Amino acid sequence: MKQNRALQTFFNGLIKENPVFVLMLGMCPTLGTTSTALNGLGMGLATTFVLFCSNMAISALKQFIPDQVRIPAFIVIIATFVTVVQMFMEAYLPALYESLGLFIPLIVVNCIVLGRAESFAAKNSVGLSFFDGVGIGLGFTLGLTLLGAIRELAGTGKLFSLTIYPEEYGALIFVLAPGAFIVLGYLIAAFNKIRKA
Amino acid sequence: MKKLTSTLPNMLLSLGIICIVAGALLASVNDLTAGEIAASKQKKLESALKQVIDGFDNNPSEETAYFPTLAGDSLKIYEAKRGEELIGVAVESNSANGFNGNIKVLVGLDTKGKLLNYSVLEQQETPGLGTKMDEWFRTDKKQQSVINKNLSDGALKVSKDGGDVDAITAATISSRAFLDAVNRAYQAFAAMKGIQVDETSGATESTDEWDDTTLKQD
Amino acid sequence: MEYFLLFIAAVFVNNVVLSQFLGICPFMGVSKRLDTAFGMTAAVAFVITIATIVTFLVQTYLLVPFHLEFLQTISFILIIAALVQMVEIILKKVSPPLYQALGVFLPLITTNCAILGVAILVIQKEFNLLQSVVYAFSIALGFGLALIIFAAIREQLALTKIPEGMKGAPIALITAGILAMAFMGFAGMV
Repeated sequence: MKQNRALQTFFNGLIKENPVFVLMLGMCPTLGTTSTALNGLGMGLATTFVLFCSNMAISALKQFIPDQVRIPAFIVIIATFVTVVQMFMEAYLPALYESLGLFIPLIVVNCIVLGRAESFAAKNSVGLSFFDGVGIGLGFTLGLTLLGAIRELAGTGKLFSLTIYPEEYGALIFVLAPGAFIVLGYLIAAFNKIRKA
Repeated sequence: MKKLTSTLPNMLLSLGIICIVAGALLASVNDLTAGEIAASKQKKLESALKQVIDGFDNNPSEETAYFPTLAGDSLKIYEAKRGEELIGVAVESNSANGFNGNIKVLVGLDTKGKLLNYSVLEQQETPGLGTKMDEWFRTDKKQQSVINKNLSDGALKVSKDGGDVDAITAATISSRAFLDAVNRAYQAFAAMKGIQVDETSGATESTDEWDDTTLKQD
Repeated sequence: MEYFLLFIAAVFVNNVVLSQFLGICPFMGVSKRLDTAFGMTAAVAFVITIATIVTFLVQTYLLVPFHLEFLQTISFILIIAALVQMVEIILKKVSPPLYQALGVFLPLITTNCAILGVAILVIQKEFNLLQSVVYAFSIALGFGLALIIFAAIREQLALTKIPEGMKGAPIALITAGILAMAFMGFAGMV
């Protein structure tokens, strides 16, 4: 029963409440960091880490945080984990850190993280909050990687930097800003269609 | 255990403790990673130096000096030596004329001012267009390559501006900015050698010109 | 002249929403009606300018001298959150009509990543205080321009027949994509 609940929480985040296609939260990094599949994956994993860490911390501390100051307290906890990720990435993954740039510190204002803290972690146990964080985080990662893969493949003929077809045949517009909006628009439409069927 | 109520002392205490713990945690992670961040930057610089100049046996990152360009600012020059003999320099050059801001390029020159190789250190150009500068200007195809060009013959220009270097397709502004950085590197090199550079053929002048081709970029 | 170029670049060429992808949430969220788009723009312009000044001063006179740059993210977001609260309280007391107009948008602004984004960007770009203020204000205008155009299009779109699956977010995103394409025409202006 208990295991069941954990699995359910996990898959809820991955598919039913997928943050990219269903909740449509955290649109800035979704559009801004997906010019390649690898960048999308990196951004997704960084956000996942922040999500389950802050979810667990907030869930563990929920008794000690008075209601009226909970938002500033949550923000401090989230910002701490974001800065930790930022420093570790700069040290060990400098290339990825450079290509994600400004969007790493901006995980702080990603509505998903604060949203999950408020709507899930503040009400549930540490264990469940962990699964919720990982589920939502991986759902986000899945969305970003998919969007990045389509844009990279259509725009430059590559997938995870491996050449699939010659670059000359790619439509560059997919890598540029308009491509991000348009591909995401069609992806959401397709996801809606699949969910209803 | 019961949840803490929202009284003033409770709120201050709770927020205060969270802030202190957060600050302490961040300070320790900062200590832990600071060395590694500096090391990874150093490693990047060293591999870029090896890429642009071949066969030195000193440590160029310890033998540096600053020399002025025609624009009046100064660029950092790394001296590459074999034994006591100077075999070339690497100039850490930049251009503010990039499509999305600054471009930083490490340019390797031999002692006569011939371009050995380059390495783009920093850029925010458009992915798939301007970003191609990483490889474009050393690819031996048509007139793309700038390798082995002697910069003492005059500043490099893209063919649209009457020069002999092919610009990246659909990214003329990025290409101009790249060549601007290369030319500025030579100006600093010339200042180090005490050579006069003809200001009228300096690329910094020609890139400022406004012509209709500028609009077609990217 | 330098400030004018900075202004043009921030409003048109590197539009904050359509080419830098900051502030997408309010861009999608409050663009259904033209009048709310105007309200949101005013609120963002107000907060972004003040926030940039305060965070710039904190960075220059507090974080850098004490070598606390690693607290940048955490201190900036706290300053912005506190500032939004303060603006709300002060507006309520000083100018009730203005509060009526902007009040509903203020709580949404804390999580508008354009605010934190610009505060960090001006530090990264090594601007001075005046440049930062001009930049921040221009960013807000660029945000407003994109938002208002988009809201005007969406008001029309609401009356149009759209295929079932494309209703709502998908068609809005594709419209934004075409708008972004139009803004690419400004490229190379500066």
